[in-house]
Amino acid sequence: MSWIGNAIVAVLLVAGVYVWWRARRNRLWREAMAALARRRRFALIILGIYVVIGMLDAVSWVGGDGVQGVAASEARSVIDRIFKPSVFREKSYSAPFASAEFVGGAALTFPGRHVLGTDLLGDDVLYKTLKGVKVALLIGGLTCLVLIPLALLFGVSAGYFGGRIDDVVFFVMSTLASIPNLLLLIALIMALGKGTLQVCFALGITGWVGLSRLTRAETLKLRELEYVQAARALGVSHFTIVLRHILPNLAHLVIITFALLFTGLVLSETILAYLGIGLDGSWGRMIDQARNELSRDPIIWWNIAAASTALFILVLCVNLIADALRDILDPRTLRERT
Amino acid sequence: MLAYIVRRLAFGFATVLGVLGVLFVLFFAVADPDEMAIRAIGERASPETYTAWKRNHGYDKPLIINTEHDWTSIDRYTDTLLIEHYERMLSFRFGRSDSDDTPIWTRIREGAGPSLSLTLPLFVIGLLVAVALSLAVAFFRSTYIDRSVLVICMLGMSVASLIYIIGGQYLIGKLLRWFPISGFDTDPSVIARFLAIPILIGVLAEFGGTVRLYRTVFLEEVNRDYVRTARAKGCGEIRVMIHHVLRNALLPIITNVVLAIPFLFIGSILFESFFGIPGLGALTVEAINGNDFSTLRTIVYIGALLYILGQILTDICYSLADPRVRLGGGAGG
Amino acid sequence: MSTPILNVENLTVTFPARGARAPVVDAISLSVAQGEVLALVGESGCGKSMTALAILRLIAKPGRIEPESRIVFEDRDVLGLKVTQMRALRGAGIAMIFQEPMASLNPVQTVGDQVIEALRLHERVGRAAARDRAAAIFERVGIPDPRGRLDAYPHQLSGGLKQRVMIAMMLVVQPRLLIADEPTTALDVTVQAQILALLRELQDELDMSILLITHDFGVVNELSDRVAVMYGGRIAEEGTRAEVLGAPRHPYTQGLLRSIPSLAHRGGELEEITGTVPSLGTWPAGCRFATRCPKVFEPCNEQVPQTVGVSETHNAACHDVARNQPS
Repeated sequence: MSWIGNAIVAVLLVAGVYVWWRARRNRLWREAMAALARRRRFALIILGIYVVIGMLDAVSWVGGDGVQGVAASEARSVIDRIFKPSVFREKSYSAPFASAEFVGGAALTFPGRHVLGTDLLGDDVLYKTLKGVKVALLIGGLTCLVLIPLALLFGVSAGYFGGRIDDVVFFVMSTLASIPNLLLLIALIMALGKGTLQVCFALGITGWVGLSRLTRAETLKLRELEYVQAARALGVSHFTIVLRHILPNLAHLVIITFALLFTGLVLSETILAYLGIGLDGSWGRMIDQARNELSRDPIIWWNIAAASTALFILVLCVNLIADALRDILDPRTLRERT
Repeated sequence: MLAYIVRRLAFGFATVLGVLGVLFVLFFAVADPDEMAIRAIGERASPETYTAWKRNHGYDKPLIINTEHDWTSIDRYTDTLLIEHYERMLSFRFGRSDSDDTPIWTRIREGAGPSLSLTLPLFVIGLLVAVALSLAVAFFRSTYIDRSVLVICMLGMSVASLIYIIGGQYLIGKLLRWFPISGFDTDPSVIARFLAIPILIGVLAEFGGTVRLYRTVFLEEVNRDYVRTARAKGCGEIRVMIHHVLRNALLPIITNVVLAIPFLFIGSILFESFFGIPGLGALTVEAINGNDFSTLRTIVYIGALLYILGQILTDICYSLADPRVRLGGGAGG
Repeated sequence: MSTPILNVENLTVTFPARGARAPVVDAISLSVAQGEVLALVGESGCGKSMTALAILRLIAKPGRIEPESRIVFEDRDVLGLKVTQMRALRGAGIAMIFQEPMASLNPVQTVGDQVIEALRLHERVGRAAARDRAAAIFERVGIPDPRGRLDAYPHQLSGGLKQRVMIAMMLVVQPRLLIADEPTTALDVTVQAQILALLRELQDELDMSILLITHDFGVVNELSDRVAVMYGGRIAEEGTRAEVLGAPRHPYTQGLLRSIPSLAHRGGELEEITGTVPSLGTWPAGCRFATRCPKVFEPCNEQVPQTVGVSETHNAACHDVARNQPS
């Protein structure tokens, strides 16, 4: 199923370029982007590197050099091809840059090649860490991609149309929100299964309520603004009003919530991994599998250090960007345009 | 006021019914009773044993419509799992665990105590620390202090709680050897030693988020006009902070505090399993690992119930605390 | 002539803007005599509120009162006072009432308690006695059912009543100088008149001086003895009420007064001052008003105009006034 990954990357690139191009044409967005680039240059660069790594791992194809241990029909990504995991596997643990096995001291097959050492099964830790980037971006990004339109749909409908629709949506939101998040997550996964799609879906359901509430509240306010009432008086259709006046003014809310949700989702996955329902290849899995290594004597630290550091840096960057965005996209400055 | 409470309770009750509906769909419609029976008593039992097990655990009826009764009798719709589910949950008859047959309510009662013994001190200490620090940040209002606190919060918020626990356990338990890494004892003279590390780590883990939250609250209040009036009257900074800022900031703080109370009972899944505390969180993990749907169902239900209760309490407390809500509006401008 | 109760010299308040520090209040000097009402007039953003806050040393970071400023109140150097002395002065020697009474009163404290707090900060009064004093001052400012209202919360009172509470709170310790920052702007017109009348009565009764900050010439006319007009952080013109309102010399004041719609000129065009106030940090060199002045000529864009005396009590800072002045 390698074409899914390739397709997603292609779509993302095209969509990204399109959004960039549209945003540049609007003066306020252009200024906002410039302000962000000025204040959080470092975080943006690092985040960019993460995205590139994720894409490198998402793009995969079949064939290429005949590498031992890999079936001819198995699709391998760019990262796979660089690291050739089936070739460069050791027997078991080894420290970073070591030339001997950790346990026993026998010589390694590929001394000095493993920058971050190897884990219990002999897999290169750097390789596993890089593979985890895609999974993390998937958890945060894919889930949000599904969750955000859903939340907007419900929130805006409830806020804009009011009445019965609002009552129903509000009731559904309250019901779902009343179940403590982690418990709901566990219940959903137990019921639906532990596959990637199901986990993302469950994460999405637990996350959409918050955004829905926000958009509903904001839509209620926007609906009463004079220019919206003027548009209605002129006979503009509801759909157009929502598209032209309401949604653009929700953009700042969506962006900031997206960033916050992203970090929340990625961090939640570590807890799920601990409970045994995490995603394959994620940093949460790595941490869960490695958690007893710290109590060994001598201590094995590189596994858990690599995964935690990679996770920490990603979450920190997104948090920093979200924080800067919250200042920059303050509606008081953006509302100038309307 | 009374009308408001009644309305709130009614809506809360409706939400409870909604939650039970969600739980029904998740746990009954999706899970297969036959599989559960096999998982519980093995594959080689007789059909009667399976049926008996299903009857004991309440899985022997059809989901929504019982075709054994004909369509003139109301039993067609009420002699079903759906109605039974509602009945039992609302009357707190939780039955027995799917995996080991123990009465669920007993397990829950036993687990609540240990959970509370961890979550309550953790919450109180965390709250005091966060409020004190945020007040200090608002008091000094100097860019250095504010910025450093923000940086610390940002860093703190970006670390996964799992890492806090693993790292904390390693540092304090193994390297510094101050307290035992895990374990629990109800003996009051010993209990503090077991709870010391989890409480310490817990406070550290949530430090970033809560300080950031309260800092925003306090900074917003400190910049308000009435604070300027108080200073113009001749109030000193300390009096301004405590008598004016804190009293107004209490309103959003109360919201947070009362809302958190239900979660104190549920316990923390992570902390309890890592530190060997036999509370409700550990019970949840057990239920997950043992595919014990009935226990899990009950825990989620109780969690939701407590949360709804917490929300109602919060609304009521807020109405009492804020004179603008309590006494209603007056004349306009 | 007795010494003025308040003497401000060379007051400069700066804020950071575009990297440097820009003066919101630029080396202004003014004085208020005993028992007199000085109105400080100007558009929003001209620095008049900042001047008021500076006198009470309530300028918050990142704003700063520059060291060459001097404020003297009753022979005391205000800027040199220790923090505890300043606190004792605030509310007791100099009091200040603000524009938005709803936002300026503590919403979770009864109005009675707020007045009592003001009282007990400066005088040793027992609780019961303080309550009596509060009720008394409520009655004096015209709050109906004064004793009952002590236990009301701000949101339960109308705008006019709230402003009366504010006045009560600040006057309960009988200050010698009252700074009133747009006291009537947020109120209905009829209530405005009542509050102004109240202020006039109290001023008479307590022999209080008032520094009245406003942008409304109607208010100026009602209450003030002398007027100072501010623009761009500087004083453009200063004089008695009759002089400034009747015979203004500075083009800005003239423009302001001309743009007030009047029944006398019905059917005519509304006059305006062209252009807008430049934002902080973008002031032109020379006269601040040069970009909008109808009488602008060469020195205006380069040299800061000196204050020129038009009469013993009336002066203006304008090159045009200077060149027309017989020397």
